[in-house]
Amino acid sequence: MSVRHSLLVLLDAGPMHGYGLKTEFEAATGDVWPLNVGQVYTTLARLERDGLVSTETDADGQKVYAITEAGRREARRWFETPVAREVVPRQELAIKLVFAMRSASADVADVVQRQRVATMRSLQEVTRLKADAEADGDLAWLLMLDALVFQAEAEARWLDLCEARLARELGEREERGERGATRPRADAVASQPIPERSN
Amino acid sequence: MPILEIERARRIFGSREARVVALDDVSLRVGQGEFVAIMGPSGSGKSTLLHLAGGLDRPTSGRVLLDGRDLATLSPAELTLALRRQVGFVFQGLNLLPTLTAAENVALPLELDGVRPKAAMSSALGLLESVGLRAVADRFPGRLSGGERQRVAIARAVVGGRAVLLADEPTGALDTISGEAVMNLLRQRCAAGCAVVLVTHDMRHAAWADRVVFLRDGRVADEAAPPGGPELLLQPGRVS
Repeated sequence: MSVRHSLLVLLDAGPMHGYGLKTEFEAATGDVWPLNVGQVYTTLARLERDGLVSTETDADGQKVYAITEAGRREARRWFETPVAREVVPRQELAIKLVFAMRSASADVADVVQRQRVATMRSLQEVTRLKADAEADGDLAWLLMLDALVFQAEAEARWLDLCEARLARELGEREERGERGATRPRADAVASQPIPERSN
Repeated sequence: MPILEIERARRIFGSREARVVALDDVSLRVGQGEFVAIMGPSGSGKSTLLHLAGGLDRPTSGRVLLDGRDLATLSPAELTLALRRQVGFVFQGLNLLPTLTAAENVALPLELDGVRPKAAMSSALGLLESVGLRAVADRFPGRLSGGERQRVAIARAVVGGRAVLLADEPTGALDTISGEAVMNLLRQRCAAGCAVVLVTHDMRHAAWADRVVFLRDGRVADEAAPPGGPELLLQPGRVS
């Protein structure tokens, strides 16, 4: 997330005051990303220190910010660089499911289903916000809600897969006459195909 | 009183060793203007439930009530009439007749019901207008996009003020934006008082419903309603 780069992009259209930048930024990003004015001035000070913007003082004694050539290059570089994904996101749910399999007091299918309902509820909530965002023509907010929808959907599909894998693993354990005390075998987990989702 | 009520329905196919319990003691009440989505893995009974709801199939035991009337007590002629006047269907494909224009397709159920062609056409055009499809009214289905075709099919399914719309994967082959337009239209029909039951495996589409019912092995496993209640989607302005 880069306030810094967003400000450079705004300045690329022409010099502006700090407060004007804050207003423009919020107009572009809607409710997604509220900025306080202090954050804007701190960022501008750093951009100036790094030679990416220059300043002049106008007739009213207000600072006006302008982008430099190095600033333009930096803004281009931002668009050319993909946003990094977290390499290993902390997946509490995966850990919970693995431990649920080991525990005599937990029913794995119940844990999965409870999570599925919770995911569905948050998806319903976001979908309602989306309908409003569409009606309001609030594009930045809409794109962000779209991202949340797809994340929730990904979690739901992943849950379907977890359930299929766990069911298979538990079935194999029963065949071997075990009770959920061992770790799932890596080969059993890795070779599972993605289940059909068609109707 | 719910417009559609399924009471402890059980549907068993085959007998003896080949006996399959497709639905096992499932109850579902759908109120006027309510949007219910049915989800579940393959073979969980989703489509069977929809067929019972639409009188296309009968439960082995239990009852299906449409507007308070038990479908099993109706004569074949009464049943046909009740379904034609009150229930509309939309499926994944093959919904429209290719030799009729969009408007003629929408007018057709009214004409079958005895409405004069001119009046039927005028109702059809009015409905297409209200769902943002007036511009494509004179096109044949082959000239419509997939999303437009499904929205015309929904218009045809609800024309004449039918009280219940049953939809089985109506967004199956559509891209994301067209799928959302279809869901928006379903939502709009609910606001106009039509009850909608949607069978889907797509969570993103199910999330448009007031309630999501999860089926599993022929039983209701769970239900999800949004934290703020179903009325939120119908309110104008931002919910925060």
